[in-house]
Amino acid sequence: MAMTLNDDQNMLRESARDFMASEAPVTHFRKFRDMGCKDGFSHGLWKQFAEMGFTGILIPEAEGGMGMGQIEAGIVLEEIGRNLSPSPFLTTSVAAVEALRLADKAMRDRWFPGILAGETVIGIAIEEGVKHRPEKIACVAERSGNGFKLTGHKQFVVQGTSSDMLIVAARTAGAVGETDGLTLFAVDKDAAGLSMEAARLVDSAMAAHVKLEGVQVNADAVIGDVDGGWAVLSKMLDAGRVGAAAEMVGVGTGAMDMTFDYLKTRKQFDRVIGEFQALQHRAAHLYGEMEGARSIVLKAQSLMDEGHAKAELYVAAAKAKAGLACNLAVREGVQMHGGIGMTDEYDIGLYMKRDRGLNEFFGDAYYHADRVATMNGY
Amino acid sequence: MSELETFRAEARAWLEENCPAEMRTPAKGDEDICWGGRNFVFQSEAQKLWLERCVAKGYTVPDWPKAYGGAGLSPQETKVLRQEMAKLGCRSPLNSFGIWMLGPALLKFGTEEQKVHYMGQIARGEIRWCQGYSEPGSGSDLVSMQTFGEDKGDHWVVNGQKIWTSYADKADWIFCLVRTDKTNKYQGISFLLFDMETPGVTTKPIKLISGNSPFCETFFDNVVVPKHQIVGELNRGWDVAKYLLGHEREMISGMGGDGGVTSIGAAMKAVLSEEPVLRAQMALFDVENLTFRAHGERFMDEWKTGKAHPAYSNLMKYVGTELNKKRNELVMSIGGTQALEWESERSNGGSKARNWLRTKANSIEGGTSEVMLNVVSKRILEMPGA
Repeated sequence: MAMTLNDDQNMLRESARDFMASEAPVTHFRKFRDMGCKDGFSHGLWKQFAEMGFTGILIPEAEGGMGMGQIEAGIVLEEIGRNLSPSPFLTTSVAAVEALRLADKAMRDRWFPGILAGETVIGIAIEEGVKHRPEKIACVAERSGNGFKLTGHKQFVVQGTSSDMLIVAARTAGAVGETDGLTLFAVDKDAAGLSMEAARLVDSAMAAHVKLEGVQVNADAVIGDVDGGWAVLSKMLDAGRVGAAAEMVGVGTGAMDMTFDYLKTRKQFDRVIGEFQALQHRAAHLYGEMEGARSIVLKAQSLMDEGHAKAELYVAAAKAKAGLACNLAVREGVQMHGGIGMTDEYDIGLYMKRDRGLNEFFGDAYYHADRVATMNGY
Repeated sequence: MSELETFRAEARAWLEENCPAEMRTPAKGDEDICWGGRNFVFQSEAQKLWLERCVAKGYTVPDWPKAYGGAGLSPQETKVLRQEMAKLGCRSPLNSFGIWMLGPALLKFGTEEQKVHYMGQIARGEIRWCQGYSEPGSGSDLVSMQTFGEDKGDHWVVNGQKIWTSYADKADWIFCLVRTDKTNKYQGISFLLFDMETPGVTTKPIKLISGNSPFCETFFDNVVVPKHQIVGELNRGWDVAKYLLGHEREMISGMGGDGGVTSIGAAMKAVLSEEPVLRAQMALFDVENLTFRAHGERFMDEWKTGKAHPAYSNLMKYVGTELNKKRNELVMSIGGTQALEWESERSNGGSKARNWLRTKANSIEGGTSEVMLNVVSKRILEMPGA
């Protein structure tokens, strides 16, 4: 396919751009941050997302959704990133839906309506350490009665305490470090033996530490195949990764545009500082980095939508590149803003915080560069 | 089957039938590359045959109109042809600055007569061209050039000196920027074409840090150039030169398709597995490389549909050349002491070291990285100031 957006995609971008800018601009984020909101996002806004059709963007049309792909989800995510709009979109509508699309009909019928209505939030319970190591999952699911009993802990479960259901990856066979033997479970948040502790993150998002102490689930809680969860998990992670990369394109572009505007207005030494070549070259270099990130993210999205064999490689490269470029954008942003860039009152610092969170989400740039090397055969 | 897929099948069948087996092996060095021209000596019968067959089919310049020696293919068909050539490992039948640079400029600015005559010669590989732009005192500030053509009625008499003229000692003709009005800096330059055998033209190769001499100094001493050998209007040669530079940058950035995506890391696994820091550098390079290929693909798709910013090729030139330098630094590091060898057969005549040194010019020639960043900053980002 051509590496340009088609008319429908451009229309979606216009409406997502208008919507985020008017309903969920940075002032909206600040409001919820400053009130110390326990969810870290507005349930009212999540409903509005549903009215726009965004929450079901990846849900098949036959099941009430928009039946679109990663390119379209990414269009919405870029605007979310640009406005720092807080919502469960990335975890619930992108990552969780990608997994649930591979689940059986009963499971889809149970969760899709709530997602479509903007009422349901789903948490992704994968991480067990401070870095992303999905193959090292140690949480155990033992056969018990009609189903399984889950024991272990999870962390960095974004919006965990606001979730109605958690997708939990646990080991039903094999040893820690193996990709075989994992199974995904849909675990109700009120299940006996499940407890959560919410932690506020640097970017004001909420993430939970989850304890699973003999949580009993039925056999029908399994998403995909028992012991063969890696296939679904990989898909879910890649959707989340390419989605986070798209959001970082938005965060980085937002920070960059704000910074370029500042360079064109701030005066020192009787000159607009954008006249200084030392800053112009850094600005042009940054622009090139962001353009590269935008390109590889679009490439990865389109390969995922095609089901291309190289999609995994490009998703890894896209998450890495978007992470590096967005990180450069926020660092240059704060530096070029000078003193006011350090103030809470000015928005650029909020972009720096958001970049950190997204960079860690489902593997940072170094993790994914390492995967690129492995997939490239060295 | 779509029309494009029908074309793909036809192109493949033609290539399989017409590309000699010897021309489907990778070129080992510069001598395996066919540059054409009056003095070119074919390295083999296969090389000659491959050129002749491509000339007859219009495949030396597939996207040029048939009237000027091309095959009249659409951009999509051209892309498909290149993909099929890459799959079979076919060598390029003809490399030339005429194809890459002068041809596109003639197509836009030349008269019908010039197009038929010069583009036809280029397509057939009859004339090898060189480019006379830079002068000793005019590098990044190209427009300050002084080589002067004095008006003598039906001809100019050209005096001056060019530098960094690629393969001037091997070229048959030159396309050259010549000042025809000393009172107007930008609108006082004309774009002239002339034979390198014209009395008064001399060349002197410049030895580079790579040990090779792809560039020359070129001297003009009372060189007579007939008036009909001008491209575009009198004193408007800067427009032609700028267009041509833009095309050159576009070409550098558009080397895309799937070319260059394959990582050099796999072949170097033995070294990389023992050096985690070097492996990490290689991994980060691969991320940048995949990014650049996707970026180039997106740029070309936007360029073709008129959506790209007119100055965008400057950005691609900057990113692409810096990346190529980085690649060669890694090749040297991974190659270790063997990559240091300068002459041995083991090192293929020091090819790694020579290529590495050659790439240092990438971010200087055709506009330095610093000038590219200036252009991006001012024209795309609209930063203030002179």
